[in-house]
Amino acid sequence: MSLIHEIDYGTPRSTSETMVTLTIDGETLTVPEGTSVMRAAMEMGTEIPKLCATDMVDAYGSCRLCLVEIEGRAGTPASCTTPVMPGMVVKTQTERLKRLRKGVMELYISDHPLDCLTCAANGDCELQDMAGAVGLRDVRYGHEGQNHPNPGLDESNPYFTYDPSKCIVCSRCVRACEEVQGTFALTIAGRGFDSVVSPGMEESFLGSECVSCGACVQACPTATLTEKSVISIGQPEHSVVTTCAYCGVGCTFKAEMRGNELVRMVPWKDGKANRGHSCVKGRFAWGYASHKERILNPMIRASISEPWREVTWEEAIAHTASEFKRIQAKYGRLAVGGITSSRCTNEETFLVQKLIRGGFGNNNVDTCARVCHSPTGYGLSQTYGTSAGTQDFDSVEHSDVILLIGANPTDAHPVFGSRMKKRLREGAKLIVVDPRRIDLVRTPHVEAAHHLPLRPGTNVAVLTAMAHVVVTEGLADEAFVRERCDWDEFQDWATFVADPRHSPEAIEAVTGVPAAELRAAARLYATGGNGAIYYGLGVTEHSQGSTTVMAIANLAMATGNIGRPGVGVNPLRGQNNVQGSCDMGSFPHEFSGYRHVSGDETRALFEALWGVPLDSEPGLRIPNMLDAAVDGQFKGLYVQGEDILQSDPDTRHVAAGLAAMECVVVQDLFLNETANYAHVFLPGSTFLEKDGTFTNAERRIQRVRKVMPSRSGKADWEITIDLANALGFPMNYAHPSEIMDEIAQLTPTFTGVSYAKLEAEGSVQWPCNEKAPHGTPVMHVDGFVRGKGRFMVTEYVATDERTGPRFPLLLTTGRILSQYNVGAQTRRTENVVWHEEDRLEMHPHDAEQRGIHDGQWVKLASRSGETSLRALITERLAPGVVYTTFHHPGTQANVVTTDYSDWATNCPEYKVTAVQVSASNGPTAWQKDYDEQARHSRRIAPHVEAAE
Amino acid sequence: MTSYEPWSATRASEIIAAHAGREGPTLPILHAIQEAFGFVPEAAVPMIADALNLSRAEVHGVVTFYHDFRRKPGGCHVLKLCRAEACQSMGGDALAARAEAALGIAMGETTADGRVTLEPTYCLGLCATAPSAMLDGKLAGRLNAARLDQLLAETQR
Repeated sequence: MSLIHEIDYGTPRSTSETMVTLTIDGETLTVPEGTSVMRAAMEMGTEIPKLCATDMVDAYGSCRLCLVEIEGRAGTPASCTTPVMPGMVVKTQTERLKRLRKGVMELYISDHPLDCLTCAANGDCELQDMAGAVGLRDVRYGHEGQNHPNPGLDESNPYFTYDPSKCIVCSRCVRACEEVQGTFALTIAGRGFDSVVSPGMEESFLGSECVSCGACVQACPTATLTEKSVISIGQPEHSVVTTCAYCGVGCTFKAEMRGNELVRMVPWKDGKANRGHSCVKGRFAWGYASHKERILNPMIRASISEPWREVTWEEAIAHTASEFKRIQAKYGRLAVGGITSSRCTNEETFLVQKLIRGGFGNNNVDTCARVCHSPTGYGLSQTYGTSAGTQDFDSVEHSDVILLIGANPTDAHPVFGSRMKKRLREGAKLIVVDPRRIDLVRTPHVEAAHHLPLRPGTNVAVLTAMAHVVVTEGLADEAFVRERCDWDEFQDWATFVADPRHSPEAIEAVTGVPAAELRAAARLYATGGNGAIYYGLGVTEHSQGSTTVMAIANLAMATGNIGRPGVGVNPLRGQNNVQGSCDMGSFPHEFSGYRHVSGDETRALFEALWGVPLDSEPGLRIPNMLDAAVDGQFKGLYVQGEDILQSDPDTRHVAAGLAAMECVVVQDLFLNETANYAHVFLPGSTFLEKDGTFTNAERRIQRVRKVMPSRSGKADWEITIDLANALGFPMNYAHPSEIMDEIAQLTPTFTGVSYAKLEAEGSVQWPCNEKAPHGTPVMHVDGFVRGKGRFMVTEYVATDERTGPRFPLLLTTGRILSQYNVGAQTRRTENVVWHEEDRLEMHPHDAEQRGIHDGQWVKLASRSGETSLRALITERLAPGVVYTTFHHPGTQANVVTTDYSDWATNCPEYKVTAVQVSASNGPTAWQKDYDEQARHSRRIAPHVEAAE
Repeated sequence: MTSYEPWSATRASEIIAAHAGREGPTLPILHAIQEAFGFVPEAAVPMIADALNLSRAEVHGVVTFYHDFRRKPGGCHVLKLCRAEACQSMGGDALAARAEAALGIAMGETTADGRVTLEPTYCLGLCATAPSAMLDGKLAGRLNAARLDQLLAETQR
């Protein structure tokens, strides 16, 4: 294994289909029109010296090193900014060019320190490489960079340093920030010799608009911007391509290693989800893997009031198996269950549900998608026939109108957010439906055409009103509907939405969205060209989550926006493998591939291979398990990598359910909040320590590759195997690839998937089978998977969660860029510099009425419970709506959320809670009790050597 | 002698709003701000960025690119001496030294009493009448020691 050196073609790929033939250095070659001479040369293997060019950003033509000679043209044009022309004859190396390049390099080096041996970029410096390439042997114009301005080293960012004295002012960082990330945080201040790269207004990186995505560091050809890990460890010596374990975008990275030590994560240009880009989490926030709080030994205890006792793997596994057997013997087969993790691999989730169905003999398995995108699965399978988004991420490059509902991609799916922003800068129009003025509503060079700031909980009313406009103004695509959808169902639906009670004017009082704005948005979506809908948990986490998904599906069908690039219905899935965990049969009613457990044929298939009888009755969902536990009927739970106590709604109910169980097994990296109520702790492995696959939001199956040994001794799949074997349900796999082979054998949409296929193609999007051997980037191209697209009537029903005199405000929740969900990982990284606590955002009007000032402690109370946190006064929200993130266990945002949930799938109504906010002077009694219980429960008994 | 308004965010907003609808509004706004306040106050930069939906880095890049945009208040009078090649060959160096000595400041500085700012400029387009200068926007050519002293005297009036 060696370090992967990706080829830098100097300028981006041209997508033109017209081809041009030219001659470079006597060789004839054919490339797409619009290709630069530099890129054409690199495609035939000739690297023209360059400094300001890199293929992640457009050509700039400032360094004057890439000069070439072209027959019939005067002078020596820059090859990066010169497009190829038919019949062009180019020379990349002549005596004149050599002399010119050497002269240019001399000038560069005269303005650069000569401390190469002690420089962090030694071995990875393009300036050094180019000096070598042009044969620089002498510098006539001064030394040691004495001319170069040096405002001082900036170490404010926790992950990289900025050393202006090393800067050659190539502007690659500035352009990467603009073109790739779309933040525009950097500029060149001054001119001539005084030019310096300036974050914001010559601020520190940390204090500027920088979001720490790392694109500038990646683009820098010198040591000016350098990862602190490279400074402290040195250059990596080998690299492994793997997939990020944070959000559902699924960025591909090169894990660059020195021995078993991770030096840095660098986004991989061939990654089809990220196309060489990254965010602060995937690029930098991996330090949790070696955090001191990581648990590396299995632990058990008889009761949660006792301290943990470290034991061997053998003892832990034997104890767990005997506990589950004892509970089933005493309370019955159905008294135990498990939860699969959307953070683990497909293979690992598949094994956990297999263990439960085959080893426990029931279907009491569920996954965290229950609390996020279960309505997506239900809604899209009802209307289109598939429980997944319809597009690949590349599709956004062909969109003309983007309708964004209840999603905040620049925070929660940042790399896709950047790709979306790029398309918006190219001219696509944006409609934002969100109670909160998210960044995309207005951010440098991007401005939404319409922002519909609806009252939380009124999604269905807004979408039905948009459909009303489409139908009553004759904007529906009748030809598409007649060909692709059930015409009778369409007519029923059209009659329903056309009812005057669904008009924007009629529902304005309910939704708070001005009717004229809503009409204009609907017209734009229906008539603006390729219309794409992207949505997030602001759609699903409602009592009408499934109805909203169907309303979205209706709107896309009615306007013909399905079945080609640039359109579609795209759920932005939260976790790295939440799509995968759903695909793998993590729901209590479905086997892998979304086949119901009552189907005799499907069950027979599994029974034959697994050699055990399987239950035909759906099992318990997470909330049902907790309810049953409180009722005394459910006693044992195996939780793989999920922190239900912090993430699930109504924390006190979750705590009561867990406390009522006799054996709670937590398999995780850290003693998470759920572990406070656990009896067995099985230390899991990070994504760096195991092999497997993740499936991202675009149904893309990508390899996760082991780059270092497991610190706890076992990968998560190995733990599940041991547990199954101890339970008397034999599992025997030497490698996760064998588990994937079993998945492919049992799942029609995965029959073509294998590790060999993934090695060969990099990744595939399911369905991948005989009909689509290379996977399916865009779904429903020639027709809907279910046959005819099905329109569903979407009656708006207000949630039972209402504001009133006691709780007059509506709370909605969300995420922030630097932290990830329950924060178990990101809170254990330097990312805390950006977000060290959750804050309650509220409008100045609401704050003033309550005498609350910015930064003050406030009490947040609902009918479920109360907590306290500090206030952040902002006009991002409309009066009457408050907002917080849920990344910190100290905040306990879910003490406040209620047990209301989606009518079809039980997905909790996180996004709407009636609350009151009042001034407070610190944590509530519940927070203090909780903190005390957590401290007590996390004790680990000191190691006692066995007595003689 | 020019007098300027004291910094006022409200006034700056008005200026920005007056030009924001134009094509390529950044430079006209910066000129108008400098005309009103005598320089481009740091506080104006985020306001311009917000109004034009740019990042503050971008506006800062523009402000610092052009030497004519002042980031601190200038003197009541601004004397610019051409330091480019043609003027240098006609004795510009000596005139620059003379001006610095007379005012007791270096190029780019403002006298302690705030009366005069002395600035280098690189070509006023008056090479035919080198050495050249510009005082408070008014051009002066064929300078010699005496003519320079006249200009300097004007700054003290």
